[in-house]
Amino acid sequence: MSGQPGRGGQVDSGGGTDRGGRADSGGGTGRGGRADSGGGKGRSGRADSGGRARRSGWEANGVRAGRGGRQVKGGRPGNGVSAVRKSFSSPLASLFVVVMTALWTIPTLGLLATSLRPKQDVADTGWWTVFTHPHLGLSNYHAVLFEGGFGVSGGMMPYLVNSLAISIPATVFPLVLASMAAYALAWVRFRGSDTLFFVIFALQVVPLQMALIPLLRLFSHGFHLGALTVIPPLGTGNSYAPVWLAHTMFAMPLAIFLLHNFISQLPQDLMEAAVVDGASHFRIFRSIVLPLCAPALASFAIFQFLWVWNDLLVALTFAGGTPDVAPMTVRLAQLSGSFGGHWELLTAGAFLTMVVPLIVFFALQRYFVRGLLAGSVKG
Amino acid sequence: MVVMDLWAGHGGVAYDGAGRGGQAAVAYGGVGHGGVGYGGVGHGAVAYGNGAFDGAGHGAVGLRAVELAGSWNDAVIKFGNTAGAIAGFLAVLLLVFFAAGRATGRFARPLAVLIFLGPALLLVLVGLVVPLIRTIFLSFHNDDSTRFVGAANYNWAFGNDSIHQVLLTTLLWLLIVPVAATGLGLALALLVDRMRGQSVYKSLIFMPMAISLVGASIIWKFVYDWRDTSQSQIGLLSQLAIWLGWRHPPNWILSQPLNTFLLMVVMVWVQTGFAMVVLSAAIKAIPDEITEAARLDGAKGLRLFWYVTVPMIRTTLVVVLTTVLLITLKAFDIVRTMTGGNFGTQVLANEMYSQSFTQFNVGRGSALAVLLFMAVLPLVAYNIVQLRKERASR
Repeated sequence: MSGQPGRGGQVDSGGGTDRGGRADSGGGTGRGGRADSGGGKGRSGRADSGGRARRSGWEANGVRAGRGGRQVKGGRPGNGVSAVRKSFSSPLASLFVVVMTALWTIPTLGLLATSLRPKQDVADTGWWTVFTHPHLGLSNYHAVLFEGGFGVSGGMMPYLVNSLAISIPATVFPLVLASMAAYALAWVRFRGSDTLFFVIFALQVVPLQMALIPLLRLFSHGFHLGALTVIPPLGTGNSYAPVWLAHTMFAMPLAIFLLHNFISQLPQDLMEAAVVDGASHFRIFRSIVLPLCAPALASFAIFQFLWVWNDLLVALTFAGGTPDVAPMTVRLAQLSGSFGGHWELLTAGAFLTMVVPLIVFFALQRYFVRGLLAGSVKG
Repeated sequence: MVVMDLWAGHGGVAYDGAGRGGQAAVAYGGVGHGGVGYGGVGHGAVAYGNGAFDGAGHGAVGLRAVELAGSWNDAVIKFGNTAGAIAGFLAVLLLVFFAAGRATGRFARPLAVLIFLGPALLLVLVGLVVPLIRTIFLSFHNDDSTRFVGAANYNWAFGNDSIHQVLLTTLLWLLIVPVAATGLGLALALLVDRMRGQSVYKSLIFMPMAISLVGASIIWKFVYDWRDTSQSQIGLLSQLAIWLGWRHPPNWILSQPLNTFLLMVVMVWVQTGFAMVVLSAAIKAIPDEITEAARLDGAKGLRLFWYVTVPMIRTTLVVVLTTVLLITLKAFDIVRTMTGGNFGTQVLANEMYSQSFTQFNVGRGSALAVLLFMAVLPLVAYNIVQLRKERASR
């Protein structure tokens, strides 16, 4: 941490956070329990930026994780930072934060409150009257889950199941395949592997819209060369497979990029030792890479799970709108039209879709933040 | 396999083919067919794509009877399929690893590269690269892609008044949302860390990130709900306006051009937490020595912020801005859920979707998708340059 002011470090320091493979690897390394091998290795050339990135990773998480970061730094809570902050310190600043937090929270609270109120109350008075006339129950949730109503047949239950059945495989598949690819790109070097990495990286930014029409055609018609069927049609709207596949495909560039950043930072000695001991690449991948990457994998898994769960575009295109395959987001978008003024049902439905991601979010926020810092770009 | 193929035509069955592998696991698991093994075959499709797609529809057997038994059974079957698919996928992978791990000599390395990289490359190729080229190709063809029409679709996009409006609105989104979200996030990042109970504030502001854009849209649609003033209001915004003395607030969602900005609020609401968290980490990563030196030189307050903090986190700022920009450009969920693109709120991403999938103007839809792509192309270039720079400095 030899801070030489004025050196290119300005760009670097930001870089450390943004290319967050490093920020990530930093935080992850510490947690992964191999702080020694990672930290001790020195990495002479960029010990500096790596170290800084590591700190950022720690700090961001440390804030919530029992201030681990602070202790690592020897109880010095960042003088320089606090100097900047001090100059912003005033009751006004605190007021700003409190007001912002209130603004950011109240709409969701309103939704929750409305979903718990009886139908007549919702139609007659604003949800804020709930504080003076508390009258709450779960009947809206029962109705929206199992009954439907108002021209909508059937509840949201099947869609909830679909959401889970889509999200979990669509998280596992890209995770496994991308970590394999990342390992190959990082440790089984071959001609053009760098170029390949750049191409994959660049593909992150391709709008999904670019791929939808051709991919949909491929899934519904298959691919034929003359009379020869190369890829038979998968069919859409009656099977999870197209949705899984589409999500796996679209997740690949970001996943490979993130995991490559992490995997390429594993200590070289360890890899060489394993090769000397006669381990095949497959063995190394399974027994060394995967266990050591657990924190990075966890970050990406959370990220991907939330992404898939919350996705509307891919689901709408590849799952159709039937209770057979469509997830909750699709259903909710439909209800938003058909439930129109029936806010008690619409709010209950909306909150239902939010429950799982909110649980995941609050339970695993630490890892989520780490993943976010690792790669702030999601295509 | 033969028996099952007989059923392959019955596409009408509800859960037909959903997660072939899994279904096999459920339906045949006990028969010694090797549920996992069969699942594996189905899943080879995902992993290696070599003709294993033939599984589509096999699951129909044995499911018919169960199908009638209600939603719980349905859930169990679906979860069974899913679990089976995952198990099959992993089993195949393990098998391949085991087999390929024994290879030695000249072929060991190429084989490893092929197995590790092959599936991912195939997916990227089939899922992104080929469609990309194909979409560009389609954008020069007519609506059912039978005739080459030159630049007609692009002429339509640039010559049509309603598309002008769409492009203008999209541009507004791109200008306002990233700046607003990043600005608010930066302010919060600077202010919140000094407060007691900061983790609570941070979590609450960050929370919208976990909510789907559809969910967020419904939250805000409810806030914007409007009723005639003869009735009591149930939307928070209308009620606030009335409390503040505005006796007849407008119907928010219908009033142009205000509604576009109200829709942007939703996006800012979702993205601010993200900006705050990332920027907060970047600010903490500034070496103390630098700020201390600046302070000794007499920099204070806003000057310190503007001449030290901002330059130090410049790269992160750019990343946050571009990330929010990308999300804004592609997000169509908000517009679709809140107004359906009506009342002058349509944006490019949603227009592209409705052209392609509701009106089936594939050529026009593709042209709009290409326009979207052109808009992000500079970002791709910028990103690559940055990454190269960073790699070179390693």
